[in-house]
Amino acid sequence: MVEESLLAVLINGVFVKNFLLIQFLGLCSFVGVTKDLKSATGMSGAVIFVMTMAAVASFAIYTFILVPLKLEFLTLICFIVVIASLVQLVEFVLRKHVTPLYRSLGIFLPLITTNCAVLGVVMLNVMNEYPFIYSVVFAIAAGLGYMIAMLMMASIRERAEYVNVPGAIQGLPHAFLVATMLSMAFVNYFKVIPL
Amino acid sequence: MSKIVDEYIRGITTDNPVFGLVLGLCPLLAVTTSVENGIGMAAGAAFVLICSNMIVSALRKQIPAAVRLPIFIIIIATFVTIVDMSMEAFTPDMYTQLGVFIPLIVVNCIIIGRAEAYANKNNVFYSLIDALGSATGFLLVLVLMGGIRELLGTGAIAPFGHTLITVPINPATFMIMPPGAFLTIAILMAIVNYRKAKKLARGD
Repeated sequence: MVEESLLAVLINGVFVKNFLLIQFLGLCSFVGVTKDLKSATGMSGAVIFVMTMAAVASFAIYTFILVPLKLEFLTLICFIVVIASLVQLVEFVLRKHVTPLYRSLGIFLPLITTNCAVLGVVMLNVMNEYPFIYSVVFAIAAGLGYMIAMLMMASIRERAEYVNVPGAIQGLPHAFLVATMLSMAFVNYFKVIPL
Repeated sequence: MSKIVDEYIRGITTDNPVFGLVLGLCPLLAVTTSVENGIGMAAGAAFVLICSNMIVSALRKQIPAAVRLPIFIIIIATFVTIVDMSMEAFTPDMYTQLGVFIPLIVVNCIIIGRAEAYANKNNVFYSLIDALGSATGFLLVLVLMGGIRELLGTGAIAPFGHTLITVPINPATFMIMPPGAFLTIAILMAIVNYRKAKKLARGD
């Protein structure tokens, strides 16, 4: 069914098809939450967590409910509801049982519902017809790739605070110029890793 | 009459989804490898935006404020499903080109942003005008970015099989690859910022 190996899915997800820098999924948080390293770490942690959970939940719902009932046309509506309720659920559980983690991730959780990276992972899982293990590995890989890009971007932007840039380039244009450089580095993984 | 025109123009200028409000960046950067893809994406987003804005506006007195966001998302997801299936049936080539970004219109912040900020408070007619304005603004930016990237990246602009412009340059493949998208948006945003600063300095 799937000819790639698990390792290929993992490396592809983290580097070759990096979600932020190559596939442009989740850019709002990429420019919005990377002003300092601490919030970038929190956001990436929350995204990895929710992505993996969403991949498991959406796989179960797609395989055991939507396909047997021939309701594939409802995939999108179901997945968005699943992600939204999952985020709520995770928030409740964390607040009750893992308070320190909730304090560091809490404010980022609501942002994730409308993060296209999470919906992107579950839709790509369906489009690529990945079996269960592949879906989960792909979600983790995508999350790790997201984290790497977020942390690099945040570290660079933290230092760039002290750089004197021309007025018109301050803020977002500068962030996108940094992203250009990072993206150039990642594009070359196409050539380095022959998968 | 002038209010209608104002509401329409506002979506293209001050409230432009991309340069004014910085929304909808993911599809903007991902699909603008050519003008053709840009138009396809804008058409899909425009359909969803117009329909969902009108429905949200028509139901605004029935939707309880506490659960309005989930309701908006379900309304939007319904129209995105319609677009997804129609594009798969009628324009299969473009459907493969745009790929996962068609279903992702559902989390496009432009659409939920307009539903929350405008359609939820105004009547159906003005919501329609507002949606048309924002859709036009988004279309113009997508075509502009697609044009720049396609022209520099392939040496010609050729949407839907009609070659419009060719330039005798050595095509820079860089521009149609992911970094080219970041570079183009950085430069465009810098230009917009520069113009805004100049306007402020002149005092109007």
